[in-house]
Amino acid sequence: MTKRRVVVTGLGVVAPNAVGVPDFLNALQQGKSGLSFEPEYERLKFNCQVTGRPDFVWDELLNCIPEITFHGLRSWGIGYGISAAVEAWLDAGLPLETEQPRWETGCVFGTSTSDSDLMRAVFNKVDALEAKKLGSRVVEQIMNSGVTSYITGRLGLAGKVLTNSAACATGSQSILMGYEYITHGMADRMLVGSSEHVDTYIFASFDSMRVLARKFNKTPQAASRPMSQSAGGFIPSSGAGALILEDLDTALARGAKIYAELKGGAFNSGGQRLGGSMTAPNPEGVIRCIREALEIAETQPTDIDLISGHLTATGGDAMEIQNWSLALDRKGSNFPLVNSVKSMIGHCLSAAGAIESVAVALQIQHQFIHPNINLEDPNPEITKRIDIDRMPTSLQQRPVNIIAKANFGFGDVNTCMIFSKYN
Amino acid sequence: MDRQAILVELKKVLAPYIKNKELLDGITENTNLITDLKINSANLVDIVIDAEAQYNIEIDADSAENMVTIQNCIDVIEEKLSSANS
Repeated sequence: MTKRRVVVTGLGVVAPNAVGVPDFLNALQQGKSGLSFEPEYERLKFNCQVTGRPDFVWDELLNCIPEITFHGLRSWGIGYGISAAVEAWLDAGLPLETEQPRWETGCVFGTSTSDSDLMRAVFNKVDALEAKKLGSRVVEQIMNSGVTSYITGRLGLAGKVLTNSAACATGSQSILMGYEYITHGMADRMLVGSSEHVDTYIFASFDSMRVLARKFNKTPQAASRPMSQSAGGFIPSSGAGALILEDLDTALARGAKIYAELKGGAFNSGGQRLGGSMTAPNPEGVIRCIREALEIAETQPTDIDLISGHLTATGGDAMEIQNWSLALDRKGSNFPLVNSVKSMIGHCLSAAGAIESVAVALQIQHQFIHPNINLEDPNPEITKRIDIDRMPTSLQQRPVNIIAKANFGFGDVNTCMIFSKYN
Repeated sequence: MDRQAILVELKKVLAPYIKNKELLDGITENTNLITDLKINSANLVDIVIDAEAQYNIEIDADSAENMVTIQNCIDVIEEKLSSANS
């Protein structure tokens, strides 16, 4: 069976350092941090008191959704998701309103957990014997498919519609699932992406695992330091990213703007064996995932210009670089350039892959490589494998043809995608 | 609070659930919330909850089930207001 080519025709983003694609492009090029100190986390005695939260004006959702939908909407994760999805849809040049279902367009949108702030309100009402005051709008916002349902309802999407969850690989996985439906002829267009709202209780649960950076509460913009020796853990952040994927012929027929081609990708698991666990990837699984992605994308390891890493700013960064080096058989000065959006925005967990893929598409369209900020003391475990100049710390304006994007998640799940300039 | 005053407040309660706000102007006692005002039936429970707050009353489940026309709504609210005052 011949595979259909899949292109990216629309982008939307709600990121800690910018809301909306034009501002996000600017923030990436400027190396703008979106992290800040959270006084409430100090009061609650968290070790890490830094987070990335989009500068999101809640009432501006009224530009995306009708007032009757807006009234009663409380979930930040759903708000971020709708905003990114509608932006991507309009960016793709598609009309917002439709009387008829859009049978040809599906949606895979991911999230990690339902909103625990919202659940807390439920617990409080029930415990206060006010269960009957919960109303009709709670269930639709706490079900995991809530964000997907709001998006598909707004846009009338009526193809394959589903909600995925794979921890920090959620966003990449949603994109890959959309890609697979299109390339195998099961859909012409897919809205894909993911959203994350790190509320107080989710944040606390990560904090208790001692995997977060705790030494930068006074200097929050320096807190996310991927590939650094001083990297002390990641910074949980919130946001959403959305992409419109289309069959190439469908996109060309309507004269759509094309950001990039998604050549292919793979997702797998390391089986939580051979060094893999609930929280750490099995290196063999990662290497297989990267190689399978290249094979499906019919791309040679030597063709990769840039790796947009998972690179969260933990001890896992060195292992990730080692895995890339082994999978591609490239090292030293021959290693691709590598960057991490997380240096600016922290780790948006289930939304990470979607937001970072928006960054990938923008780097291809505008032919630049965004800087790694806070990379002042590269980890020697990394520099013994790759040259220091492979990790750019300033904006590089240069040809970018192929970018490999990966994300890895709890549960030992891996994703790798190969994006290219559309030719 | 007479029926006209109750209706004025009731329109405020209903407004967020009505897509076409022009329908509010044509409301009479015979207006049906679902078929005339095109309110999503799932939102009837929210309207009851909002009405309880608006009029500072409690509406039991049996009464709430009757609130399908403007007339029914005003009847229930009027009754609860008078029992709250007595």
